[in-house]
Amino acid sequence: MPNVASVNSEAITVRKLSKRYGVVTAVKDINFAVKEGEFFGFLGPNGAGKTTTVRILTGVIEADDGVALIRGSSAGSIKAKQIAGVVPEMANAYIDFSAWSNLMLMADLYGIASSQAKERSQALLKSLGLFDRKDSLVKTYSKGMRQRLILAMALVSDPEVLFLDEPTSGLDVQSTRLIKDLLRSLNARSKTIFLTTHDMDEANQLCDRVAIINKGSIVAIDAPEKLRMATRGRNSVEVSFSNGVNPRHLAQLPGVKEFEKVGDKYHLYTDDPGKLVATLADYSRTAGLKIVTLNILAPSLEDAFVALTGKEERHD
Amino acid sequence: MIDRDIVWQQIRRALVIAGKDIRIYYFKGPVVIFGVLFPVFLFLSFTIGRHLTADFMIPGLLGMILFFTATSISPIVMPWESQARTLERLMSCPIKPQTIVIGDIIASFAFGMIISVVPIIIGLLMGITISNPVALAAAIILAGVCFAALGIIFSIPPTNMPATINMIASVVKFPVVFISGIFIALNELPVWGRWIAYMSPLTYFTDIARNSIQDQGYLPLIIDFTALIGFTIVFILVAIFMHRKTMPARI
Repeated sequence: MPNVASVNSEAITVRKLSKRYGVVTAVKDINFAVKEGEFFGFLGPNGAGKTTTVRILTGVIEADDGVALIRGSSAGSIKAKQIAGVVPEMANAYIDFSAWSNLMLMADLYGIASSQAKERSQALLKSLGLFDRKDSLVKTYSKGMRQRLILAMALVSDPEVLFLDEPTSGLDVQSTRLIKDLLRSLNARSKTIFLTTHDMDEANQLCDRVAIINKGSIVAIDAPEKLRMATRGRNSVEVSFSNGVNPRHLAQLPGVKEFEKVGDKYHLYTDDPGKLVATLADYSRTAGLKIVTLNILAPSLEDAFVALTGKEERHD
Repeated sequence: MIDRDIVWQQIRRALVIAGKDIRIYYFKGPVVIFGVLFPVFLFLSFTIGRHLTADFMIPGLLGMILFFTATSISPIVMPWESQARTLERLMSCPIKPQTIVIGDIIASFAFGMIISVVPIIIGLLMGITISNPVALAAAIILAGVCFAALGIIFSIPPTNMPATINMIASVVKFPVVFISGIFIALNELPVWGRWIAYMSPLTYFTDIARNSIQDQGYLPLIIDFTALIGFTIVFILVAIFMHRKTMPARI
């Protein structure tokens, strides 16, 4: 049983949670807690168990074992669902309804008073740039507009805890930015946000802490910055040249452990970035090359993610 | 311990789901075709040329239309919802799976009630008299719920393909129509035929309708109503229990 005192300050509590589909274990004995008002990222490669975990937490499916609580109430109970807003992965609004009708339907299903529902819906549609099209059928909306509407539907009940499963996946820049800005402002108003994503930049920009799940097990939980810094040996130097360079020569420079071409730039991984910068300067002079970009890069959250999930792969 | 507030809250939300179903699904072409036109033409093809009286025809027509209407859309609402990816959204709302099932049954029932007025008006225009309107009205309401729940049972297999569910529904619906005393009255059936007829809820509704319109029911009304209530309870419980099990497999 989770400790009651600690559970009281936790918006989401997960203890020894497991879910199996036949012989496949989608989620295996996972434990984590999300504090009230925290922006929590849940990262993992495809098929890692992210969506299964979210579906258990939002009461769409039941766990086989373990405990999942939303503000102390069992996940899936009416009480837990009443205080949660959900943006499911690949979900859709009713396309034969207008945005306004979809919002009113959600408000009715959450038992929100009509006047309050109208007021909130107006404010949400305005902040998400949909107000002018509120009476158009959703079937005429673009993907970005539909996703913004689904977020508005999740927020019409003014939930204390918000679950988002890949909310910006495949969206245009404008919609992504609108959604991120709204999420930031919600978190600033002390709303707890549980974000599932495989976009490392998004997690890095938004989350206070992230959990990384791989093959149904949590492999790390920490602040993005701490995870990043804990990834040793992934310092790199980014370099680009104005004229052609032989990539093999770059890979053979002293101190280069790994080598990667990223667009028109090269990422050279090393234990000593300072020394490699000097080596590159010497190399460009002797080879008659002109350096356009030269940056030292610290390990990214993506590096941490790859290191952690890759390590799991190797253990198998 | 049953929490009354939660029960009332879930009933209100079931009505919201029913309203949504009616607005989205019940104003579509297939409803008119499979719910009204199809049973009318099927009925006419078996009755024209047999010199049957309006008193005999109208109870059968009423039974067929109610049966086909209440089971025309209810089986495919769930596959439509999962195909359109709206079901997961609905399941994460503060409603129980049984609330979704009850909401779907209410929508189908309401639609059946509205459409059942059509054969009654046709009958009245043809000069029939309803000797027991209370029994007929009670039977229409009861059968509406019963057939709507049966329709929901058809959609228990967790497929997202409405065509698959329609096929399952048709395999059951057509034989039911032929064994329920619609085209041949119960008293004209052989003993073994009557025993088969007793397995169909439509039999009891048709018998009540004949009793109320022709004064020629085969079974006592108390048996008809008891059987219809029994079928209704069983269908609702099976629909709720099985959908609770299969609903998560739809997403």
